Amino acid sequence: MIVNDSKTLLAVRGLRANVNGIEILKGMELTVKAGEVHAIMGPNGSGKSTFAKVLAGHPAYEVTGGSVEFGGADLMTLAPEARARAGLFLGFQYPIEIPGVANSQFLRLAYNTVLTQRGQEELDPLEFDDFVREKMKLLEMNPDFLSRSVTEGFSGGEKKRNEILQMALLDPRLAILDETDSGLDIDALRVVAGGVNQLSRPDNAVVLVTHYQRLLNYIVPDYVHVMDAGRIVKTGGKELALELETRGYEWESHPVATSPAPASA
Amino acid sequence: MSRALSQPLVLWGLLVGDALLGATPASALTWFKQLRAQAVERVGVLTVPTTRDEDWRFTDVSPIAMLSFQPARNTSGQTLVDIAGFMLPEVAARLVFVDGVYAPQLSRNDSGIVVANLADAVLAHASEIEAQLARHADFQDSVFSALNTAFLHDGAVVLIPRGVRLEKPVHVLYLATREAAASYPRCLLIAGAGSAATLIEDYRSLSEVAYLTNAVTEMALAQDAHIKHVRVQRESGVAFHIGQCVVSAAKASRYESVSIAQGARISRYGLNVQLCAGAECTADGLALIDGEQLADTHTTIDHAAPDGRSRQLHKCIVGGTAHAVFNGKVMVRRGAQHTDSAQASRNLLLSPRARIDTKPQLEIFADDVKCAHGATVGQLDADEVFYLRSRGLSEQAARDLLTFAFGAEVIERIPVAALREQLKAQALAYTHH
Repeated sequence: MIVNDSKTLLAVRGLRANVNGIEILKGMELTVKAGEVHAIMGPNGSGKSTFAKVLAGHPAYEVTGGSVEFGGADLMTLAPEARARAGLFLGFQYPIEIPGVANSQFLRLAYNTVLTQRGQEELDPLEFDDFVREKMKLLEMNPDFLSRSVTEGFSGGEKKRNEILQMALLDPRLAILDETDSGLDIDALRVVAGGVNQLSRPDNAVVLVTHYQRLLNYIVPDYVHVMDAGRIVKTGGKELALELETRGYEWESHPVATSPAPASA
Repeated sequence: MSRALSQPLVLWGLLVGDALLGATPASALTWFKQLRAQAVERVGVLTVPTTRDEDWRFTDVSPIAMLSFQPARNTSGQTLVDIAGFMLPEVAARLVFVDGVYAPQLSRNDSGIVVANLADAVLAHASEIEAQLARHADFQDSVFSALNTAFLHDGAVVLIPRGVRLEKPVHVLYLATREAAASYPRCLLIAGAGSAATLIEDYRSLSEVAYLTNAVTEMALAQDAHIKHVRVQRESGVAFHIGQCVVSAAKASRYESVSIAQGARISRYGLNVQLCAGAECTADGLALIDGEQLADTHTTIDHAAPDGRSRQLHKCIVGGTAHAVFNGKVMVRRGAQHTDSAQASRNLLLSPRARIDTKPQLEIFADDVKCAHGATVGQLDADEVFYLRSRGLSEQAARDLLTFAFGAEVIERIPVAALREQLKAQALAYTHH
């Protein structure tokens, strides 16, 4: 929800980034305030996922210009783990598998690492078990998720649900969900979206990176941004997503109307 | 440089042999005496392999031949309390050998089948043992196998009668305690038709001293038998370990093995499985080494008849200046049609000076077969490291966890929960900085 006078969580200014010497981000601008839900849409290759990874600090991307402030700090000087501990969360399009490591073990490790950083007490396995089971109910997750190896043998929907569970545990100030809807059937989509909605509060924010409009039937964004060739080329309200869905991204390349003022003003 | 083995060693073998044979009617064990005499003869002829031998080109065993190891004559009087940390819960039977010598006070058998010391079983079950002992592990061409056979005395014998299916595993613990001792562990498992059992062979030490283990295991699986075999080599870090396991799998039988190599300064494990018609095997392995260790695994899966199936996943995690070797031969003989074989060698280098030599080796003489193999050598995947860091783990913690997980994939395949958890905990400690 848009809240007047709420704090700016993320301020991206003129961000440029390369991968393997090729410039992918060419002057990104984005402002996200507490309480808001943003959707970044765009065709394949527009730089949406790159943007998400650059924010989280993927070492394969080289930032060549611009600035990113997160909660008042210069995000680009922080290591990926420091960004996570500062309250940034990236939900992966393709979560990795860690065979041999029980999901519960991994979740507790991540949880305690972040909690300790925030000056809170670590949870022992029993305390953590109670805590995680509560969160799992929220996501309609089967308790056997905990004993299985991290995402090994998980279906696409289960992997994404596990990402949302991690988000629920780490309780980030800003969650960036990269194509969380891809490969999900309607039931899984509903559950994942329900989880995100429940976790939204006036003091945190979500950025959804998505190719399709359908996720936005379940999570209603305050702002929709259209990315093309490494920049945001259009910003609007939730109705922009519907327009994109019916008219396709091609339409955007031939704008007829004047662009509305960026929401990040 | 080839080197014949020292004469005193051979004489010693004969002495030990006399002790066993002296106590029994000479005629009853003629075959046993002959077997050992033949092996002694081969020991006199064979030489220790050098790196000029193709099969040993990466593994220089000359340090072993240069040191003089002496077999132990007796156990050092360990009690159950001393070995408490080496026991596994819920086993059907446990045989303990200390420096190669059978320790009856540490062993027990509630399995209802024969799980006994060779020196005792060879009298009570002479015909069954005679038919199999040293019939699988060739000692004509291998000096190590010849030495082991020349020293035949104590050893594990597991006889599973037809149709008997053991629920709980049999645990054979080979414990090293003395510096400069040589031990020659021997194990013979005979699985009757349709029987099933799990055998754990665990090589461990009480202290970080140098010694030599030269082990031979033989298994004969009758039709439809199903044997699971877990071999854990966690010798002292300065010890030498030479091991060999030879399996004959009869029609429609199944052999599943997981072998872990994490100890010893220099270790070599040879696994040789021969599959008859419709027989199956899995032969998974993990070498987890560091420092200046060398771990060499040579396997041969021999599809000798049609409709066999084999699966193999071998992994090496190598740190420091350690060196891992894997040679995985899959043989499909003429007429072994419809063989279905897959082999994967996956290797992780943790330091710039670590080294891995991996060689899948397919020899196929039949035309209607499926044989897949692949080998990778690499470092940790950057995307995986990033994923964990994005969850708040430090780079080192992320690398440690992924390294552990890489090895845990093999450890997870161990069918005994207590051992699996124990090895995972060890691997976790090993991979965490």
